[in-house]
Amino acid sequence: MEVDMMKKVPVREQAPEVRAKNFEEVCIGYNKEEAMAEATRCLNCKNPMCVQGCPVSINIPGFVQELKEGNIEGAYQVISLSSALPAVCGRVCPQERQCEGKCIRGIKGEALSIGKMERFVADWARENNVKPTLATEKKGKKVAVIGSGPSGLTCAGDLAKAGYDVTIYEALHKAGGVLVYGIPEFRLPKEKVVEKEIENIKGLGVDIETDVIVGKSITIDELLGEEGFDAVYIGSGAGLPRFMGIPGENANGVFSANEYLTRSNLMKAYQDDSKTPIMKSKKVAVVGGGNVAMDAARTALRLGAEVHIVYRRGESELPARAEEVHHAKEEGIQFDLLTNPIEILEDDKGWVSGIKCIRMELGEPDASGRRKPVEVAGSEFTIDVDTVIMALGTSPNPLISSTTKGLDTDKKKCIVADEVGKTSRDSVYAGGDAVTGAATVILAMGAGKTAAKAIDEFLSK
Amino acid sequence: MFKILEKEWLNVNTFKMVLDAPMISRSCLPGQFVIVRTDEEGERIPLTICDYDREKKTVTIVVQTIGGSTVEMSKKEKGEFLADVVGPLGRPTDLCTDDIEEVKKKKIVFVAGGLGTAPVYCQVKWLHEHGVTADVIVGAKTKDIVILEEEMKAVGNLYITTDDGSYGRTGMVTTCLEDLVKKEGKEYDHCVCIGPMIMMKFLSKLSAELGIHTIVSMNPIMVDGTGMCGACRISVGGETKFACVDGPEFDAELVDWDEAMRRLGLYKPAEAAALEAAKK
Repeated sequence: MEVDMMKKVPVREQAPEVRAKNFEEVCIGYNKEEAMAEATRCLNCKNPMCVQGCPVSINIPGFVQELKEGNIEGAYQVISLSSALPAVCGRVCPQERQCEGKCIRGIKGEALSIGKMERFVADWARENNVKPTLATEKKGKKVAVIGSGPSGLTCAGDLAKAGYDVTIYEALHKAGGVLVYGIPEFRLPKEKVVEKEIENIKGLGVDIETDVIVGKSITIDELLGEEGFDAVYIGSGAGLPRFMGIPGENANGVFSANEYLTRSNLMKAYQDDSKTPIMKSKKVAVVGGGNVAMDAARTALRLGAEVHIVYRRGESELPARAEEVHHAKEEGIQFDLLTNPIEILEDDKGWVSGIKCIRMELGEPDASGRRKPVEVAGSEFTIDVDTVIMALGTSPNPLISSTTKGLDTDKKKCIVADEVGKTSRDSVYAGGDAVTGAATVILAMGAGKTAAKAIDEFLSK
Repeated sequence: MFKILEKEWLNVNTFKMVLDAPMISRSCLPGQFVIVRTDEEGERIPLTICDYDREKKTVTIVVQTIGGSTVEMSKKEKGEFLADVVGPLGRPTDLCTDDIEEVKKKKIVFVAGGLGTAPVYCQVKWLHEHGVTADVIVGAKTKDIVILEEEMKAVGNLYITTDDGSYGRTGMVTTCLEDLVKKEGKEYDHCVCIGPMIMMKFLSKLSAELGIHTIVSMNPIMVDGTGMCGACRISVGGETKFACVDGPEFDAELVDWDEAMRRLGLYKPAEAAALEAAKK
């Protein structure tokens, strides 16, 4: 096929008007021909900036060259040296800020479509039953990993490859963490992609025990004591949803994005025959501008609602991946930007009837470097909605820190860990959202990877 | 998978299950709850622990068939398995974590309504094992739905009252408590009340008038039970609390009852449909 060197090979997607009514994956992805064509655009830089942009340092030119040659299995083995979840990352990483953001091609034209190529390679490997390489020697030591989200899975996978006996403890009834409860099917298919990547990690010898809440069912001291683990990695994720503290937030019809998405994704409430209910809304306001807000908005849209994103800053400040914002707009989500809720209105029975907002304008930059939104006096207005979904981030869950003596937390109650994940407790490492607060899948994976290396070094002494 | 070691119907719509749950039985305390899923498609159902045995590694739950998911669970028999039992969740009751010598000084009354008898039993039994025998008021609509009578008698001073007077005293739990205090010279300074929300609301109104500090165990809608979803939020003293991690027990006087009851009705139509489907 012909390739314009300045442009990405276009990726096939479901048409917006079709996908707005189903939960099938939005992006169809590259086929082999398209992926190989895109690979020809790689300049194979001597000093590849893309690798520096990757939190898990995948040898990107390495796998792209294999792909270019048509050696897909070889490409997969290159990726799996660095990433345990390539089919996930190819779908959910904010590539425009990482690998693709650094791609030299991007200076004059469009960056290489690294995410889509990664996705193709991982999907091909899964469909052709290619597995990551197993550990050659056993270390005879045990590591417990808390949480089976991206951070825990990555850490567990790397440790298993290094020869450790790894057990993951998961609080929910299903493994995957945010990959199963948070990110919707239309962005990350569960059975086809997530479960298969988890199977691969189990295939490395990792044991996953669901229904175990560390801090409640068992403590870290017990894991390191009578359970005989030599080290523990805490990848327990973000935690408690934030609300705004405005009037009306406990009205019937106000949900955290975590609740709404957990009902839909983990409990499959989007399917008609699900045992777990979800509110059938007519008009929904989703408050927030991150990936979680986009996921909640696009879920509500697919469940039949008219949906507004209410975000207090402007378009360029939206923290969500560019692709998600683009897809949301295509599907008909309305963006009420520079708008901040001040009250949730209730009818006489206590159900949501509207959301009162105020217009904002951007003032001086704040501590985050982004221009701080300030209220425009007298600009209050109301959007009539029957549902409000709060997607404002989370604060750390105290279940582990409050039951583990000597485990330091910071002012925000995040677990304190150094750059390799070492905490204030001997033999205890941590990473991902439990340490950083809510961030991305790939940063959590990066932390899991770094910690796995540090745990290996610690246990090899 | 969690094995059902025993199953027994306690009345026409309430059953007891003894579950093989080694990890939970090792660490749980009265006041805490578990979340149960009957099968792979099941809803997550929060249930307050009714009893546990650390040696036999079991946890006992008592369930009322009030909705589709509990009807589905009731179809499981001894020897079969429940897909998931996770816990212990929430905080134990203060009575089991406070200094026991201080607890012994308290004049405690428990008030249980219907299914609430089960979690109350767990607390009364624990206190009895620690040298405290408390008064217990158990309320039921009629004689045939009183549960755990013999078990409760063995560990507490039991007062049964039925709405229709078919057994024990006549009237609701509020009447019983009022009579005990005003007519029968009983003195209490601590009350734990567990039952339907409407009953807890009115009982705690009375107990406040009687000057009895009252704790209630809230049973709001929940999903994960670990603090992640916030479905279970309750206004307590003007602050939003998550029943799953901050509770489930709260100071009754501070609870916004009307809001809590309203929030229980969030999925009523879906719940009614699910119940019909499960009964078929």
